[in-house]
Amino acid sequence: MGLLKSRTFSGGIHPPESKHSTEKKAIEKCPLPSTVVIPVQQHIGAPAKPVVEKGDTVLAGQSICESTGFVSVPSHASISGTVKAIEKRPHPLGSGVLSVVIESDGEDKWVPGIEYQDNYLELDKKEMLSRIQAAGLAGMGGATFPTHVKLSPPPDKPINTFILNGVECEPFLTSDHRLMLEDPKKILLGMQIILKILGASRAVIGIEKNKPDAIVVMQRLVAELKLPFEVFALKVKYPQGAEKQLIKAVTGRSVPAGGLPMDVGCVVQNVGTAAAIYDAVAFKRPLVERIVTVTGKGIHDTKNVLARIGTPFSFLLEYCGSLNDTAGKIIMGGPMMGLAQSSLDAPVIKGTSGLLVLEENQSKRFAESVCISCARCIDVCPMGLMPKMLGAFVKNDHIDDAKKYNILDCIECGSCAYVCPAHINLVHLIKYGKMQVVKKTKKAS
Amino acid sequence: MEKKFFVSSSPHIYDQESIPKIMYSVCLALLPAAVGAVYFFGVRALYIIIIGIVSAVVTEGVLCKLMKKPLTINDGSALLTGLLLAYNVSVQVPLWMPAVGSFFAIAVGKFVFGGLGYNPMNPALLGRAFLLASWPTHMRNFSGLPRNGSVSGIDVITSPTPLEVLKTAKDVLQNQSQFPIEKVNEAKQAILELPNSIGHLFWGNVGGCLGETSAFLLLIGAVFLMYKRYVGWKIPFSYIGTVALLSWVFGGKDGLFSGYVLFHVFSGGLILGAFYMATDMVTTPVTFRGRIYFGIGCGIITVLIRQIGGYPEGVSYSILLMNLLTPMLDRWTKPRLFGGAKKK
Repeated sequence: MGLLKSRTFSGGIHPPESKHSTEKKAIEKCPLPSTVVIPVQQHIGAPAKPVVEKGDTVLAGQSICESTGFVSVPSHASISGTVKAIEKRPHPLGSGVLSVVIESDGEDKWVPGIEYQDNYLELDKKEMLSRIQAAGLAGMGGATFPTHVKLSPPPDKPINTFILNGVECEPFLTSDHRLMLEDPKKILLGMQIILKILGASRAVIGIEKNKPDAIVVMQRLVAELKLPFEVFALKVKYPQGAEKQLIKAVTGRSVPAGGLPMDVGCVVQNVGTAAAIYDAVAFKRPLVERIVTVTGKGIHDTKNVLARIGTPFSFLLEYCGSLNDTAGKIIMGGPMMGLAQSSLDAPVIKGTSGLLVLEENQSKRFAESVCISCARCIDVCPMGLMPKMLGAFVKNDHIDDAKKYNILDCIECGSCAYVCPAHINLVHLIKYGKMQVVKKTKKAS
Repeated sequence: MEKKFFVSSSPHIYDQESIPKIMYSVCLALLPAAVGAVYFFGVRALYIIIIGIVSAVVTEGVLCKLMKKPLTINDGSALLTGLLLAYNVSVQVPLWMPAVGSFFAIAVGKFVFGGLGYNPMNPALLGRAFLLASWPTHMRNFSGLPRNGSVSGIDVITSPTPLEVLKTAKDVLQNQSQFPIEKVNEAKQAILELPNSIGHLFWGNVGGCLGETSAFLLLIGAVFLMYKRYVGWKIPFSYIGTVALLSWVFGGKDGLFSGYVLFHVFSGGLILGAFYMATDMVTTPVTFRGRIYFGIGCGIITVLIRQIGGYPEGVSYSILLMNLLTPMLDRWTKPRLFGGAKKK
């Protein structure tokens, strides 16, 4: 159905894809670091609580931080060894997050019980969800929302469509692409579990057209396994992989402003998460490693790496032939929404899809000039906002106006700042403005 | 010492656009018309262009210094304003006029409001309006004969521009009793002949302001700008479309639906205005519908002035008037929020 219509959303940009340097490279296993740093907060929601003490010996896969509520997930030791410290350590999202530091014993001993569970598909929904939470799953596309929460919509929000996000629209990143090529079966079996949990009748795999090999692999395997999944080739456009834009492209439905995908009967999960769900439910295997694309002109060897959670960035970069002298900026994630890192001591966390090293001459910001109302930001905004106005409101402290112009609906995709010829830091201003709006709303109530 | 890395908010990559790039591209797009102006009107056209540009850039530089603002003469905006101002005067004006016009455009049209990005009206058009109000005889002296052409674009009539011919002829025909019979016949003849001027209007060998006469040369640049996406289709198309439609319906001598569309589209400053001045980013709406309405508004006012107003030409005033409505248009036509309530 609807094959003639190009599946996409309105607005968006076409940044250079820059994926060539890693898209053909098979995933390599990163060696075990001598120390890992496991932050208690690797997800959106309540931070987990450490349940080990300094000096304890731990095994890989052992839960070391317990979840502290429904919207919270545990963390697990990703290597075997000794707890060296429980203290604040640099974190990719900012400095000083309580972390469990584990010194490796070099043996990589695993907790028992991580093995194939017969008839896992016969389990009831509750058990599946509790295994998913116990495995510490949080959205691996980068947003790190606890997976079991997303898969537990309230009864008054029936889900009829599940969408698997294989779009990977961020330039440079290829970790999802490689996973789809190298382990597609795991993804599809994970998807089967998700459908069981949600009771959704329709399942769609969305992949951007710039990954034709992944589309073919998925189509073939879906047919082979006789799964009732549809594979959709989507127009190459950023931010095609943003949840609301993906739902729009696939189903034509618009998630209401301020709403969630479940309001239109949809749930979206990233391919990496789907694979982890299979591991969690079928093997009771916790999330202790993930694929990270290490790329950019500032790094010697670009790679797709399977790294243990908690691996310090410095170790990962060392493994990829270390930084070039020209390296200027280290970004966790892609260049559009990724976070610039100030410390290489920060570790790989569950949402680390990539580590992008830009050169110095790519890193400096252009001097900001005045807005000439060219309206490019408005033309490209996938959310129908007026970034130019939002930026001006925030600059002049017109927080109420910013709210009236729907600043809270911004998804921070960066399209506006990308196209701005005046080089105004629109995303920066909007992020700050959102904080001010929230602060003001809190104060008022 | 440990190496320090750059840290900033996302995004970390940008496309290669910048304000100077946009401004200089528009100047480049206007270049064919400059060549045309010199070809049609002689080297004096070049003097006027140079004086207009130099005056604009010098004014900008001096005012930046006086107001202790960063020097912005390199961003290309003053160059563009000077160029457009020169395009908007007749080749017959005294050489000090483009200098005064550019000075006014930059000083009053732009700096009074805070410089680039803050001016409510198109500075070049404001400069032209100032000149037209102050020295109307100079500004409306279009007697300079274009090479290989005639001022009116029609062989039988020599002096004024095509739009002026039309205006005068219409006045005569509407009050036939007050004019001698040969005047009336001349007017009838003129109206009959007007369609023949189309070719001249398209190539540009007719009378008029320096840069506005050749639709062909202006369209070359417009195609380039649209290809580069520095100019969108919304304003020019809705503007020209509205003029074409209204001229067709109301512009004819044989009642409704008898107007000669191509004549109205290619005559006067419509092509220059629609592609280069009604699309000035600073002074025009930023929203999709706002731009459409802006173009339609410009079209209506242009036709009103041409058909019943006192001036033969209405492009510059229509744009200036619509410039003033821009903030309101923007407010009325906010884009629909993704997932927001549908408009009733």
